[in-house]
Amino acid sequence: MPERSVRVPRSPRTPRSPMAAPPSFLWIRRVFLTLLTAFVVLPVFVMVTSSLKPLEDVSGKFRWIPSGLTIRPYIDIWSTVPLADYFVNSLIVAGTATVFSVVVAVFSAYAVSRYSFRGKRVFTVTVLSTQMFPGILFLLPLFLIFVNIGDVTGIPLFGSRLGLIITYLTFSLPFSIWMLIGYFDSVPRELDEAAKVDGCGPVGALLRVVVPAARPGIVAVAVYAFMTAWGEVLFASVMTNETTRTLAVGLQGYSTLNDVYWNQIMAASLVVSVPVVAGFLLLQRYLVAGLTAGAVK
Amino acid sequence: MTTTASPEAGERTARTDRPGAQAPRAPRFGRLRRIGLPYLLLLPALLLELLVHLVPMATGIAVSFKELTQFYLRDWINSPWAALENYRVALDFDAPVGQALLSSFATTCLFTALSVALCWVLGVSAAIFLQESFRGRGILRTLFLVPYALPVYAAVITWSFMFQRDNGLINHVLHDQLGLADTPPFWLIGENSFVALLVVSVWKGWPFAFLIVTAGLQNIPRDLYEAAALDGAGIPQQIRRITLPSLRPVNQVLVLVLFLWTFNDFNTPFVLFGNAAPESANLISLHIYQSSFQTWNFGLGSAMSVLLLLFLLAVTSAYLLFTSRGRQAGDA
Amino acid sequence: MRRNKAASVGALVLSLALTSAACGGGTSGGSNEQPKTLTYWASNQGASIEVDKKVLQPELDKFEKETGIKVKLEVVPWSDLLNRIMTASTTGRGPDVLNIGNTWSASLQAGGALMPWDDAAFQKIGGKDKFVESALGSTGAEGKPPAAVPLYSMAYALYYNKKLFKEAGISKPPATWDELVSTGKKLTKDGKAGLGVEGSNLSNNIHQVFVLGKQHGVDFFTPDGKADFTSDGAVAAVKQYVDLMATHKIVPRGNAEYEQNQSLSDFATDKTAMVLWQTAAATFAAKGMSEDEWGVAPAPVQSGAPGQGKGTNSMVAGINLAVFKNTKNSEGAMKFVEFMSSDGEQKILNKAYGSIPPVKTAQQDPAFNGPGIATLRETLTTSAAALPQVPEESQFETVVGTAVKELFAEAAAGRPVTDQLVRAKLDKAQQQMPKK
Repeated sequence: MPERSVRVPRSPRTPRSPMAAPPSFLWIRRVFLTLLTAFVVLPVFVMVTSSLKPLEDVSGKFRWIPSGLTIRPYIDIWSTVPLADYFVNSLIVAGTATVFSVVVAVFSAYAVSRYSFRGKRVFTVTVLSTQMFPGILFLLPLFLIFVNIGDVTGIPLFGSRLGLIITYLTFSLPFSIWMLIGYFDSVPRELDEAAKVDGCGPVGALLRVVVPAARPGIVAVAVYAFMTAWGEVLFASVMTNETTRTLAVGLQGYSTLNDVYWNQIMAASLVVSVPVVAGFLLLQRYLVAGLTAGAVK
Repeated sequence: MTTTASPEAGERTARTDRPGAQAPRAPRFGRLRRIGLPYLLLLPALLLELLVHLVPMATGIAVSFKELTQFYLRDWINSPWAALENYRVALDFDAPVGQALLSSFATTCLFTALSVALCWVLGVSAAIFLQESFRGRGILRTLFLVPYALPVYAAVITWSFMFQRDNGLINHVLHDQLGLADTPPFWLIGENSFVALLVVSVWKGWPFAFLIVTAGLQNIPRDLYEAAALDGAGIPQQIRRITLPSLRPVNQVLVLVLFLWTFNDFNTPFVLFGNAAPESANLISLHIYQSSFQTWNFGLGSAMSVLLLLFLLAVTSAYLLFTSRGRQAGDA
Repeated sequence: MRRNKAASVGALVLSLALTSAACGGGTSGGSNEQPKTLTYWASNQGASIEVDKKVLQPELDKFEKETGIKVKLEVVPWSDLLNRIMTASTTGRGPDVLNIGNTWSASLQAGGALMPWDDAAFQKIGGKDKFVESALGSTGAEGKPPAAVPLYSMAYALYYNKKLFKEAGISKPPATWDELVSTGKKLTKDGKAGLGVEGSNLSNNIHQVFVLGKQHGVDFFTPDGKADFTSDGAVAAVKQYVDLMATHKIVPRGNAEYEQNQSLSDFATDKTAMVLWQTAAATFAAKGMSEDEWGVAPAPVQSGAPGQGKGTNSMVAGINLAVFKNTKNSEGAMKFVEFMSSDGEQKILNKAYGSIPPVKTAQQDPAFNGPGIATLRETLTTSAAALPQVPEESQFETVVGTAVKELFAEAAAGRPVTDQLVRAKLDKAQQQMPKK
């Protein structure tokens, strides 16, 4: 827990209220934030400590102080399941899905934000309403369609990374498009016009002016798309096979028929989480900025 | 992939069309292109939505009118039509199947209401408390986003580890250390499982509210607070009179998104409880999964999903209608 | 707008047509288009997926050397296996050869995605007679060609912790349920428990109450295959099982939420004295228990000695090997099944997994006559019964398994588990079964 001083140091520009916060407010804040921090951190603490405990400690009664520390779980995780392969698969799938999701969302959002055309409302409403679709309802049909497209065109969609990439990139589209519409709306049209005067076409204006101006929004969308693809379980469990399995599904391999390797589960969970959490936290500044202009205007 | 080809094509034509090239083309052609361009830009998204969401959805709806049980799995296209039979079974609240669906639906409603409310309260409070800068604020902000950033599976499996009755941390603290319970309670079976599910859901969900509200707060001009402070308004009044009203449009979207995500949440209960969730925590998506995948009755499962979808559509449209009307009235 | 709409409608129709034109898993049976490769889905039998690959890969290499057919192995985790098989059946895209839990045989048989093993097919792999009778009993509905052939067999037995028995001064394991209860009471003290169960494990619940049902003279299905969960015998069977916790209190309450073999961990760490489990030797070894620390005895009966009918003390547990109907290499698939069910492979694989070969001649190997395994083999041949071979078996596992889980939850919460309550739960379960 970071220590917080009672008197909040402030410059003349930053304070929200020019009035000094009364001590009661500060106390409430301190208590609230301490409790909330404990709530947030507890599972993370458990994850980290359990991953360093020997198996006896995690399969018996919970103990705060481990009987011994070991990095064994971090070594074992790679041989209990082919975690490295899954890692590569997840990186490829989530990375590619993110890139294309952002590209597609940028084009769509630009069209909606800058043009008035017939069917605009239908498009936005339809795309947004797909957020309501229960995944269970279209899991099997999607699988069927992929198989049949594969039969007709020869493009392997089922069981392949490509199929998963297409699925995930579409999953994050509605929210991404919607957020970027908001963000693009906040980019002054005069900028586009100026670019067009300079000789850019509409798409040139998009790429050279609007996209750079909307960078925080795009980062926010990219982070969202990546997280969506990185953590999905249900579709991945049916649509992948041994060679294309992703991490989120692969993690289940640690609870096997015979035993649950809790320390390995925790270690693997941490390993799986680190890239997303790190990326997320590094980019959070953009995220807030992106949401500020995009989603919450 | 065809999806990227079309925008590039659009770009290419756009580039050759610089005034320097002095294209002597008829304005008619340019106009046509201008009308076509938005559609061209939308095409990739449209195709993807069709492929992944809309067509499978239509297929799913078609299946809901079929008797698609294990006997027809292999030749499902020729499975017999069931007309409204699946819907009749799902909605017959006197029979166990309908009853189970109804009780699962009620559970989900209660769960969603509580979860969304708690996420919102925590998110808004934390965002307001962190509005003013103080030492450690940056660290807290970062820390608070961790639950949201963690992959669902990793987070929920950790909670299920903590919620174990005999070996879990929660009971270790409640029973062994604080002595709050005579016998260690169960969290993953029985009535308490609702509480366990709620805790996990709020833990995972509130940072999103926090993130959005934090972003929303940045749009509130500082002079509003300064003016209020000059008028002698204390912090509670400032929050009530400035912060919350300014957050209204943000909240409108936030609550809707939280509602949809929570209502449809499958991963949390599935990872926490496995295939057979306790009755008190049997969320509707998990219930439908059991009704289709576990009992091999995809027709019935699809019918239930369609009903769920209709419900969500109705609620969402009512909500949007209501809030936009409210907003117009507020703006007037 | 109109054009846009027309285009999307067109695309929709096109994809629907595409779906319907080519779909349905294909009506044709297997072919021999790809005679040089096979895909094999193995279930997770060993301590981990990687262990399975290490066990199986050398054997597959051997097969490739013999036949020139390359087998692509995928070890599918249990959590995914049934879903994968279902989607494979629906789309016609699956492996050539696959493992199935033997209790799923009749359910999957009804789906029609597995190649039926008629006499001609059996001839190709050395005849039906090479398999043990009881194992064949769990390969599909009676009167129909089996949907699969047995690969690994397992049986339930009573495992007891010798150290805890010695501490409590007990010299021999119980043979009847009454003895089990009284022995269990002697063992339940100082934080140790008499018996461990997996209250939230649906399949295991089913296996236990099915056997108890047999001992009470009932099946959970009528002879013509209708669900019959609420007979007095069925109620008595379920109640007797849950009463081990509710009334006799020899099962600790915490076991109600066990579903990931925590009871075996408790056993291995000397917290629980007895478990009723199938083929647990390998698991105990993996948990660091040496063979002389535990003993094994036939699972208890109501009275007398284990045998057929009311003397049943185990279900026929095991894994079957099936050929996917849509295989593109049906000749190769047959060869592979023949290979896997050959004496040599049966011995190697069943030794590796601690199971019993369902192939008669392989079973004679002295390795399967050791002190632990002999009990299981004996049980399997004399007193094990196959779970009902009905298409609704997997629904049965879900709904009745859940009912037992809920009853354990009641018992764990300290509420009484009465006949009425058991009957009500079973009645609700029965109502959820598909109508016939």
